[in-house]
Amino acid sequence: MQAPYHRYRDNPDAVRALVRPREVHRDVYIDEEVFQLEMEHLFANTWVYAGHASQAPEPGDFITCEIGGKPLLISRHTDGEIHVNYNRCPHKGTRIAGEACGNAGKMFRCPYHGWAFRTDGSLLSVPLRKGYDGTGFEDMPMTRGLAPVRNFRVYRDFIFVKLNDGGPDFESFFGDSLSTIDNMVDRSPEGRLILEGAPLRYMHRCNWKMLVENQTDTCHPMVAHESSAGTAVKVWKETGRNDRHPAIELLAPFTSTYKFYEDFGIRVWPNGHGHTGVTNSIHADYSDIPGYWEKMVDAYGEERAKAILGDIRHNTVYFPNIMVKGPIQTLRVFLPLAADRTLVESWTFRLAGAPDQLFARTLLYNRTINAPTSIVGHDDLEMYERIQTGLRADGHEWVNVQRLYDEDEELDATVVVNGTSERQMRNQFSAWVRYMTQSMSPTTGIAAAAPSAAAELQGA
Amino acid sequence: MAAPGLAEAASAVTAEDIVAFVYAEARLLDECRYEDWLDLFAEDGRYWIPAEWDQTDPVMQPSLLYEDRFMLDVRIRRLRGARTYSQKPNSRCVHVLQQPSVEAMDAAANSYRTWTPFHYVETRGDERDYFNGWARHDLMLEGGALKIRLKRVDLVNLDAPFGNIQLFM
Repeated sequence: MQAPYHRYRDNPDAVRALVRPREVHRDVYIDEEVFQLEMEHLFANTWVYAGHASQAPEPGDFITCEIGGKPLLISRHTDGEIHVNYNRCPHKGTRIAGEACGNAGKMFRCPYHGWAFRTDGSLLSVPLRKGYDGTGFEDMPMTRGLAPVRNFRVYRDFIFVKLNDGGPDFESFFGDSLSTIDNMVDRSPEGRLILEGAPLRYMHRCNWKMLVENQTDTCHPMVAHESSAGTAVKVWKETGRNDRHPAIELLAPFTSTYKFYEDFGIRVWPNGHGHTGVTNSIHADYSDIPGYWEKMVDAYGEERAKAILGDIRHNTVYFPNIMVKGPIQTLRVFLPLAADRTLVESWTFRLAGAPDQLFARTLLYNRTINAPTSIVGHDDLEMYERIQTGLRADGHEWVNVQRLYDEDEELDATVVVNGTSERQMRNQFSAWVRYMTQSMSPTTGIAAAAPSAAAELQGA
Repeated sequence: MAAPGLAEAASAVTAEDIVAFVYAEARLLDECRYEDWLDLFAEDGRYWIPAEWDQTDPVMQPSLLYEDRFMLDVRIRRLRGARTYSQKPNSRCVHVLQQPSVEAMDAAANSYRTWTPFHYVETRGDERDYFNGWARHDLMLEGGALKIRLKRVDLVNLDAPFGNIQLFM
């Protein structure tokens, strides 16, 4: 059935009705209008990861990205500070920087008419400036240069952007969840991460939220990854070898039992953030890298080094759309392109001051698990794409998220629960409703002409 | 230096032999004879798809794939697995190769190299994906037969996002 247009626009009640305590309506995954509203509201009202400052270490360096469909230009100015502007010439609208990253030298120059901007985005010069004399040029907003994004924060080199002015400040939004970023950075003996290497880019024909939910879905590895991790372990046993194969070391934990995941725990934080692997994780049993421990002890002392390396969190979701693995130093960004299209970029960090073998393992993990050539990735993508098409079926319009649901659960709290709970998925959808509707105009009532599931739900 | 016996055998390898080897290798993949394909790899052979342009290091720079015979065997066993849902239906592929150019013929070092521009199509169900690039084969004699020491596949658009790549280029 073709969705009527404007079913959800200006209708926050209809958006709220898509999320129930134990289930969510399929329209959150398949409806193009909901997707458009996510771009306009959810991705504008939340602090969204935009890049890493180590990608732009020198003055004139820049990174480009898109958030909520808006092209952004992140640059390091001559004073060493990071600036975030919209990547759009104020003159005619040309995208100023065309590459994912690079160095602009002393200024950005628009390739169309040659307007020039300082590396903080302010207007430097306009060719044939006299043509604007007497035209009221000085009064035009374009003379201020690139339009700045006011709300951004560089936290331990991680750059987060909030396009809208409303909503919580950076600290209130992330709260204690920043401890995962802290731990990943602290794993460097110098307390510094260097984003290094091209990201592995993997196109998914599914909704972006399926990927985010998968990060804390601990009841799928033993089923979906039987074909990859399960086969790898089986073939390894057949070799009769008793040394450790580096790829098997990374793959074998994917075959862990339900009990392993139940026991390792999930911690949820307010605003949709949360992580798997509180007391144990699939990253807990990797081989020691010679020389690393000594460097950590030198940097932090034995007790603190032990605490840092003992924190073996599995997947940390920073709502809305990134996942960080501290113990293996990867970051995955789930870039929404359409209701049924998501680009996953998996990035790798080098721990400054740590032995090379740690970065080699990070790269090995990334290609073994996150590449378009990954057998683990093949398992997962097949499931997402089957869901994306399966959701079109009638009979069930709702997707279930009620594992270990407790009717008294308070979703905006910090709490540790059983590791197979879908509490984190419920946490994400609670935040989803909040930040989807925060900037919507007050409800105008359900349009009488909207015979949608969402409208029916208002009476349910 | 190669052992005398090996050097003798190596002297018998011709440019035609190694060009024929490259064509035959692609044909095994097109015919889904993955186990036979795996037998073409030397004991310590590797299959490598870099993720960066002009890449020099497979492990200290990001690769899409850099695997030994054991991991390639895992892939093949997975492709044949009963619970491999991403292979229901199975994928198929076709290689279209430009004539391999012989880059090195060094019998004394037991080292032979070809460079082969290719088009590759991988299909599954109603979907069809195109890939294009250059394959570099580093070959050697092992046990009297030509084997792959390293097959390196550089994709022309290696920085673009891809969907699943489940077979072998």
